[in-house]
Amino acid sequence: MQNNFFTDISLNHYLVLSSILFVIGMAGVLLRRNVIVILMCVELMLNAVNISFIAFSKYTQNVDGQIMVFFVMTIAAAEAAVGLALAVTIFKRFKEVNIKFFEHLRG
Amino acid sequence: MDHSILMAILLLSPFVGFLINGVRYKQPTYKISGGIATAAVFISFICSVLLFSDLVGMPADQRKIHVKFFEWLNVDKFKVDAAFYIDQISGIMILIITGVGTLIHLFSTEYMHHDKGVTKYFAYLNLFIFNMLILVLGDSLLTMFVGWEGVGLCSYLLIGFWFTDKDKAAAGMKAFITNRVGDAAFLLGMFILFSTFGTLNIQEINGLAPTTVETSWMGALTLGTMFLFIGATGKSAQIPLYVWLPDAMAGPTPVSALIHAATMVTAGIYMIVRLNPIFIMTPNTMLVIAIIGALTALMAASIGITQWDIKKVLAYSTVSQLGYMFLAVGVGAFGAGLFHVMTHAFFKALMFLGSGSVIHAMHEEQDIRKMGGLKKYMPITHWTFFLGWLAIIGIPPFAGFFSKDEILWLSFHSPMGHPVLWAVGVVSAGMTAFYMTRLMCLTFWGKSRVPKSVHPHESPAMMTIPLIVLAVLSVVGGWIGIPEVIGHTFGHIPNYLGEWLAPVVRPIPNLAEADHSLEWALMGTSLGVASISAFISYHFYVKSPEIPGKIANSIKPVYELVFKKYLVDELYFKTIINPLVEVSRKVWYYIDVNFIDKITYVLADLIKGGGGVTRSLQTGNVQIYAMYIAIGLVIALSVIIIK
Repeated sequence: MQNNFFTDISLNHYLVLSSILFVIGMAGVLLRRNVIVILMCVELMLNAVNISFIAFSKYTQNVDGQIMVFFVMTIAAAEAAVGLALAVTIFKRFKEVNIKFFEHLRG
Repeated sequence: MDHSILMAILLLSPFVGFLINGVRYKQPTYKISGGIATAAVFISFICSVLLFSDLVGMPADQRKIHVKFFEWLNVDKFKVDAAFYIDQISGIMILIITGVGTLIHLFSTEYMHHDKGVTKYFAYLNLFIFNMLILVLGDSLLTMFVGWEGVGLCSYLLIGFWFTDKDKAAAGMKAFITNRVGDAAFLLGMFILFSTFGTLNIQEINGLAPTTVETSWMGALTLGTMFLFIGATGKSAQIPLYVWLPDAMAGPTPVSALIHAATMVTAGIYMIVRLNPIFIMTPNTMLVIAIIGALTALMAASIGITQWDIKKVLAYSTVSQLGYMFLAVGVGAFGAGLFHVMTHAFFKALMFLGSGSVIHAMHEEQDIRKMGGLKKYMPITHWTFFLGWLAIIGIPPFAGFFSKDEILWLSFHSPMGHPVLWAVGVVSAGMTAFYMTRLMCLTFWGKSRVPKSVHPHESPAMMTIPLIVLAVLSVVGGWIGIPEVIGHTFGHIPNYLGEWLAPVVRPIPNLAEADHSLEWALMGTSLGVASISAFISYHFYVKSPEIPGKIANSIKPVYELVFKKYLVDELYFKTIINPLVEVSRKVWYYIDVNFIDKITYVLADLIKGGGGVTRSLQTGNVQIYAMYIAIGLVIALSVIIIK
């Protein structure tokens, strides 16, 4: 029986989705200037990875990947808390949330 | 009390004094500082007396108090303990150091009272006593060397005590550097002895001493003892390293009395006496020691005749007397050498303190041409100085007579001695009598040449009491070592010192039976020479003061040469110091500045340039860093996948 790309969902679909999300997230992190958007993009990247974890877990019938996802989500929550705190601090100081204010470590 | 406790108190008491005064070094309270320092040394003195009386109570051949505190070094076969021992030799030394030290501390309290740095002064003085005790008590050459260096340091600090005066600071440095030359030789001597015997413990070395003499000049023992002796010439101011001692008079006068007359400068003689079983087996070294000693005695005495500074005269006198001591140990008369160390400590400390009293009274004037007739102003100083004078020129029954006479007799009689050495000794004794009488005449007798603005006065009791005590010791100090010939004649007075030292000092080998008539004759000769030259000197400087000037004029070139100290300093500058400075400057310029510095500059420039390139990568832009990470990740992954 021939596989229909649009109806038969296989592991590859998940991986392709994960890669697309990851690349979008990375592009956002690298290119956007707004700190909050960057944080959102980081979340996007983490969740892209989560998708591939779940997909592999399902595919190999191994729960390790799912456990790992819980860890990633926990870390992501913590990271969001710290990141947002930083964003708030930057905003308080510069009345802006532009990443260019974080350039004091120039060599 | 337990010996180890007594020993610990003996050593640590001056150190604690040093710490207390060292911490409060800016205090100007001379009574408290002096009190602390004097008490610290006095406690040591009491411990010394207690230990010494225990030593006396022991059987003659077992007299030894050995205390080991802890193991200091233990590297393979090289073992050194922090251990100290008192035997007949070091027992006498600790009594001298702490006893004379206490008197001089007491004297200093009054002498230094106007000085702002008085507390610092006492801290240094206590540190000196501590190091000197380590030097004499250490049971290995390395422990002794620790003290040896320590007293050198204190000597430097105290010579340069008034360091704002450039000359005085320079005198301190001169003493330090000259001593360093000797210390290097001392180290070499220790290396040789260690490689020969495999130990630095003094008692073990003495126990391992060979039973046959070493006649070769290049033998290990001869070289080792020779290097140790060179070390001793540095510390004890002998030719060729004596030049620092006269300059050391830049320090406060009590310092000159304690360090540069009574104790530290005798360390070289003490070291040789302590190692006498080794030295006696190396006749070549002994010959050199005797010759150097005799020459130093003669040369320093001749310079002493021409000097005008009261302390310089005493300084050259000290060098000359140290020469006597080396003459004694050089002919194998270790006991006589140590005897002279002791009597000299009494009368020379007395004379230095007396000169300090004079200088104090004269408001820091040291030129004897501006003194004279001080007898009536300063009776106590005069009479004590007078007794010291009788002791040093060797008039019986004062202390110096017995020790000096024994040295002269043995330098004639010992198989290692020679009539020439004796003759040099007698001539030096005559010169000593001459310049000491000259000093007496110009300072205390004759007409007063004191400037009108100065009103000399007797010093307070705190200064005169030490003088009186030392004067008494200068009179009676010699009676413990009355030579056999005199003791025999006056009804069997024993030579206590000779008997006391007999177990630890090797007898002179092949010593012939003494010929008493010859001994009397030699004694009479030296006494006659000393008395006549003292009388001539008295005649010159009191009765007809114009004669010395005429004599000096008639032999002007010789007089000038002697007055300028044989131009030895100039010679050293010309042949050693200036070339060394010149070479060092060239080395500095060509090797340091133009080579080593250049290398570091080039390296620094390279690294700076490299840094400039990589620096541009660090923009501070977080997103660019993230980009680097992404690129690195891509590259790493590509490598893995393509592989």
